[in-house]
Amino acid sequence: MSFEQLVFYAFAGISSLAALMMITVRNPVKAALWLVLTFISAAGVWLLAESEFLGLVLILVYVGAVMVLFLFVVMMLDINLAEMKEGFAQYAPVGALVALVVFGLIYLVVGPEHFGLDKTGLPVTHGPDYSNTKEIAVPLYTQHAYAFVLAAVLLLVGIVAAIALTLRRRGPRDALYQDIDAQVRVRAEDRLTMVKMAPEVEPDVSSKNEEEEGAK
Amino acid sequence: MTFEVPNLAPALPEIVLLTLTSFLLIADTVWSKRCAHCTYWATQITLLVVGWLIVSSFTTQTVVTFDGSFVRDTLADVLKLFIVATSIGIFLFSREYLLQQRSYHGEFFVLGLYGVLGMFVMVSAYNLITLYLGLEIMSLALYAMIAMQRDSQKASEAAMKYFVLGALATGMMLYGMSMLYGATGTLELPKIAQVIASGHADQAVLAFSLVFIVIGLAFKLGAVPFHMWVPDVYHGAPTAMTLYLASAPKIAAFAMLYRLLWDGLQLALPDWQGMLIILSVLSLIVGTVIAVVQTNLKRLLAYSGISHMGFVLMGVAAGDAEGFAAAMFYIIIYAITSVAAFGMIIALARMGHEFDEIEDFKGLNQRNPWLAAMMLFIMFSMAGIPPFIGFWVKLAVIEAAVNAGLLWLAIVAVITAVIGAFYYLRVVKVMYFDTVEESKPAEPITRELGFAVSVVSGLLLILGLFPSWILDLCYRSLGVTVVG
Amino acid sequence: MFETLQHWLSTWMWDWLAVLITILIQAVVIILPLMLVVAYLTYAERKVIAYMQVRMGPNRVGPYGLLQPIADAVKLLFKEVVLPSQSNIYLFLIAPVLAIAPAIAVWAAIPFAEGWVVADIDAGVLYVLAISSITVYGVVVSGWASNSKYAFLGALRSSAQKISYEIAMGFALVTVLMVADTMNLTQIVEGQKGGIWHWYLIPLLPMFVVYFISGVAETNRAPFDIAEGESEIVAGFHVEYSGMAFAVFFLAEYAMMILISYMTAIMFLGGWWSPFEGIPVLETLFAWVPGFWWLALKVAFLLFTFLWFRATFPRYRYDQLMRLGWKVFIPLTIVWVFVVMLLHYYKVGPWFN
Repeated sequence: MSFEQLVFYAFAGISSLAALMMITVRNPVKAALWLVLTFISAAGVWLLAESEFLGLVLILVYVGAVMVLFLFVVMMLDINLAEMKEGFAQYAPVGALVALVVFGLIYLVVGPEHFGLDKTGLPVTHGPDYSNTKEIAVPLYTQHAYAFVLAAVLLLVGIVAAIALTLRRRGPRDALYQDIDAQVRVRAEDRLTMVKMAPEVEPDVSSKNEEEEGAK
Repeated sequence: MTFEVPNLAPALPEIVLLTLTSFLLIADTVWSKRCAHCTYWATQITLLVVGWLIVSSFTTQTVVTFDGSFVRDTLADVLKLFIVATSIGIFLFSREYLLQQRSYHGEFFVLGLYGVLGMFVMVSAYNLITLYLGLEIMSLALYAMIAMQRDSQKASEAAMKYFVLGALATGMMLYGMSMLYGATGTLELPKIAQVIASGHADQAVLAFSLVFIVIGLAFKLGAVPFHMWVPDVYHGAPTAMTLYLASAPKIAAFAMLYRLLWDGLQLALPDWQGMLIILSVLSLIVGTVIAVVQTNLKRLLAYSGISHMGFVLMGVAAGDAEGFAAAMFYIIIYAITSVAAFGMIIALARMGHEFDEIEDFKGLNQRNPWLAAMMLFIMFSMAGIPPFIGFWVKLAVIEAAVNAGLLWLAIVAVITAVIGAFYYLRVVKVMYFDTVEESKPAEPITRELGFAVSVVSGLLLILGLFPSWILDLCYRSLGVTVVG
Repeated sequence: MFETLQHWLSTWMWDWLAVLITILIQAVVIILPLMLVVAYLTYAERKVIAYMQVRMGPNRVGPYGLLQPIADAVKLLFKEVVLPSQSNIYLFLIAPVLAIAPAIAVWAAIPFAEGWVVADIDAGVLYVLAISSITVYGVVVSGWASNSKYAFLGALRSSAQKISYEIAMGFALVTVLMVADTMNLTQIVEGQKGGIWHWYLIPLLPMFVVYFISGVAETNRAPFDIAEGESEIVAGFHVEYSGMAFAVFFLAEYAMMILISYMTAIMFLGGWWSPFEGIPVLETLFAWVPGFWWLALKVAFLLFTFLWFRATFPRYRYDQLMRLGWKVFIPLTIVWVFVVMLLHYYKVGPWFN
């Protein structure tokens, strides 16, 4: 067994196990964490397949950003587990049956006789100067430039939709905003007025002492 | 590594639309306080400009650019023109509705325009990725627009249902597309056709991918048994949104059907024809029968929409260019009729009173005979009563089915059309023969809107009197030589 | 050196075991000095801040208090790890591991001098960015598992902060990649050879500032330490931790500080190159200094600035922090991507040719 095989089986095993745990565990936060583990081990498998760009971006985007925000939401939601599981036993047999049938169908179609090595050929191994990043970049920005721009439009629509749905224009009394520009632009004259006053004349020391003595 | 700048000219309408919409997005934030209606007018001007661009560069050849991911042919141009035309109508009616409901936001129009862009992309898609992206751009805009009335529980529920089921459908479709890629090894639709023709594609994987793709398409069209979302969403969404949902996106969905099933999978016809026939028959029967018992007009129109999709799928299931042309004819007319029908509801709606129950139309003839007549036009057209255009589209589709040897399917369609006529005529009966106890006002909210409804409804009659040119257009854009 | 070891091992044991043992040895060679540096960084921090505040700092344990970090470590090792009741024990204990594991794993791709790198990988920058983005899980999980409101608030603040600043950091790195034309850290340093004016600091000065400040925010250091915010939420995410579990969070934080300094030095300050290359007299005068020490010197200076910031600036308020990240840094970095694009196109200076 070569070292690559060892690493592959380790990652593949962790990945399957974590995926299984993700769907069986009861606590949603734990499920999200198992999903994170699935992502990381899947990224490891990708690295072994010489697609380091995809693997690392999977970690960077999904693990580092998307799942953190997801956890953020899941942690703050007060999910009532008992309520969610209501009717679970009732639907479980049907669900299991459907799952089995779908699994069987998918296995029949994507099984080894249709996607085996004799169909797809052995994976190509590349030399040390092969850069997966460049391999992805060139078709992405040439052949698929149109689709790339469309994906950007899709994200833009997502942003517009999210903001349009969540932004509530609140009145000036409901929320306080800091106007940094106004703060920076402020000058001393706006805040402080210099008042010309007659100088205070100190009374003589001798008379002051007398005053104090008088107070006593 | 050299990069050849692709030919941008064929995609000029899309580029201009994207640029103007993005400009509008920024501009709206600036001028929304001072000039609320600027966004609306800018939207209409944008659509007019884009429409003019398409007309001025109308093509009769097939032009492919962006490395085979974008196609422009007569079909694309014709469908885009109809999308623009219906969208102008949609925004015209939406504006008054939103003003009436006090939920007028510039974002509605911006998202609507992005939705139109998504439809354009779908219509012109020539590979699986762009097809999918176009669909997603359109759907995302629609989800957001439905949910925009946040305080309305019904609208939020409708948006949620639409979003969850829509996401499920796109997931299915994406899975099917990835299988298709696995079977043929290419993303470009004409190349997929080539691979299938060469016989190198794995038949089992191909059939499997087709199942998922057809399910996804059926979800999007709202065909039985994937129709569950349609009535709830049509009913729950604000009427302006239902109007949008029921018109222009259907045209884009037809384009998707055509691109996938005809441009890409023409040779897999035996695989998908059977599925489409089943979908068609179920949609016809279920849509018609359930519509009979509806009391809400929006819900009724939703179920009748399902049965209309049955007719469209029947045309497609004929499996030849003539059938597709008939289906295209049908779906264009359906979109226009939807604009008229939901436009009528919008015209009569008031703040806090949606005017979407059939009860509301009781004795409309006494209260407003002109609008009652217009409603009569719409209902007759939907029922398929000559001389309205609705008759000719049904005739074209049935003819296509008969010519393709699907006689029994045609008979089912005729029977359901007769049953369908019952509930359309019931609305007419309610308007003309029932008397209203208390006289509620039935004036259009603005005179312009009454005029607009009249124009669109009148169009149904005028098109019905001269149906040949639009049918001719559909035949020509699909390359069918017209006989006689 | 390690290749020969691996060859020798594989002559008499399984192949995979030989590779595993070699990797373990390499890891130890990095982790041990790193932990030592972390320990003395805490000492340096206390001393520097003390002098800035006109105090003496630690001066009791050993000469000049030099044994203070050792004493601290021993104390923390022998303290009890208190497990809060009603907490999620398993996640509570795994959280510190989640914090420290990526903070150490990142070092695999960092070159310390020419050729002194464990894994000279092609996508080095991406690797560092990806792995360091995982550190946030330690904070989030600890905050949630503690079953404490303060800890939870700290975790939420911290995760939002880290994600926001990661974007600016990533864009700053993109500009570096555009200048260097590679993602390999060794080659990025090679590209800056030849004197101080070849360093990427000059064409990318705003990016250097953005990257370093984002780095300060990423490591939850003052003035961005709202995740801890002892005056507001006691100590944030690690309020329930004690003993070694507590110490591990600090090991991770300081390891990340050193990492940010290394990355900044490698990408903007010419890595192990002497600043005097190409200057007639100075070049020969400093020719004897090995590259490792140049890099170490730059890193030491950057670490000093970390401490300096802490002693100088008051803590940001949460909305100000978000504003800085989203409305100042991210637009600035995006603009600079285009500036670099233009510089690249017109082949300006010694950096683009």
